Amino acid sequence: MFPASFDYAKARSVAEAISILSSVEDAKLLAGGHSLLPLMKLRLASPSMLVDIGSLAELSYIEDKGDYVAIGSMTRHHDISSSRVLKSEIPLLPYVASQVGDPQVRHRGTIGGSISHGDGASDLPAAVLALDAKFVVAGPKRERIVPATEFFVGFLETVLSPDELLTEIRVPKFSGGWSFQKFNRRAQDWAIVGVAAVNDGGTRVSLVNMGPTPMRARAVEEALADGASIETASSKASEGMDPPTDLNASSQYRRHLAEVLVKRALTEAV
Amino acid sequence: MQITTVVNGKSFTKDVEPRTLLVHYIRDVLGLTGTNVGCDTSSCGACTILLNGESVKSCTVLAVQADGLELTTIEGMASESALHPIQKAFHDNHGLQCGYCTPGMIMATASFLKENPAPTEADVREGLEGNLCRCTGYHNIVKSVLAAAEAMEGAVK
Repeated sequence: MFPASFDYAKARSVAEAISILSSVEDAKLLAGGHSLLPLMKLRLASPSMLVDIGSLAELSYIEDKGDYVAIGSMTRHHDISSSRVLKSEIPLLPYVASQVGDPQVRHRGTIGGSISHGDGASDLPAAVLALDAKFVVAGPKRERIVPATEFFVGFLETVLSPDELLTEIRVPKFSGGWSFQKFNRRAQDWAIVGVAAVNDGGTRVSLVNMGPTPMRARAVEEALADGASIETASSKASEGMDPPTDLNASSQYRRHLAEVLVKRALTEAV
Repeated sequence: MQITTVVNGKSFTKDVEPRTLLVHYIRDVLGLTGTNVGCDTSSCGACTILLNGESVKSCTVLAVQADGLELTTIEGMASESALHPIQKAFHDNHGLQCGYCTPGMIMATASFLKENPAPTEADVREGLEGNLCRCTGYHNIVKSVLAAAEAMEGAVK
């Protein structure tokens, strides 16, 4: 299998990438390529042009900024999972990165690529949602900052417009419990259902593969804020969710799994 | 478009279509057929090579993405006179049955042992999660990797 023909340009800067995106119809950014290239090989995507930003050094960094850690969008899963700063300040994130795919995938895949792809079945988008991260988005006219809670809008759809580029992920530090529960049947598979939980005064919970986007489990969070027990709160895990049915699991089974996994996550994090 | 890669220490400048996958560049353009295509969907790891010293699945990388980078394939492991210690360990411990996954297993092992020179058995099983052996010969593969670690002077815990 190989992709349909396309033009290719290696961008030398963020500005150059945006200028190509603005001038070429149906051009797409290429980061590590581990979400996009499989889709292109299956001919589910056939962009006219790929603008390669995967090797832009200006987008690969992990910097301690005091209240938060700034992560360049082209930072690879491997670099996140082995980052000392992240392990000590935001341990959930390197742990989640270490659970993505397999070592080969983690040597290529990037956090910005995963978030921009916006797959509700991916681990990192749900993790940054539970961490209340903010995203820096560069465009032809201006830069804007979008909270993770407003970023994912539909199936493989985000608020990014075709000429915009996610440049930085700002993740607030936290001091408290956390948990990531990923349920699958084989190594390297996507989660059938996953749960990320952060307990930092309040408790934030997000779900993997329980809807078209990564989802915050608002009913669980509200129940906990009102003083409900873990048992009661986790029974609300699938409220407001629209989990898919596929070869791995029915929608109904995912609802059941979500309750079990949220309970495990809260028991570990709270 | 023209790309230059250093493959197993030797520099090549070749014309490729942007859509050429790295594994096809290695096999069809350079004629290095030791790297196998298994699933072609970045699951099985048969096509694993080293890109700048790190394992990647070459069916999910474009050749143009490797422009300017160093590649190591299975052909680059042995010296003229001797097998690489990882190859020798697979040979000594019967770490293969049909052998189709073996080049990928060995390249994944090379990258894994660089990151974790003294692994436990559990580390090895997790470190090779990206490589499938359809003969299910995992037991001896794990034994081979542990033997390779020892031979390469990582003390096995």
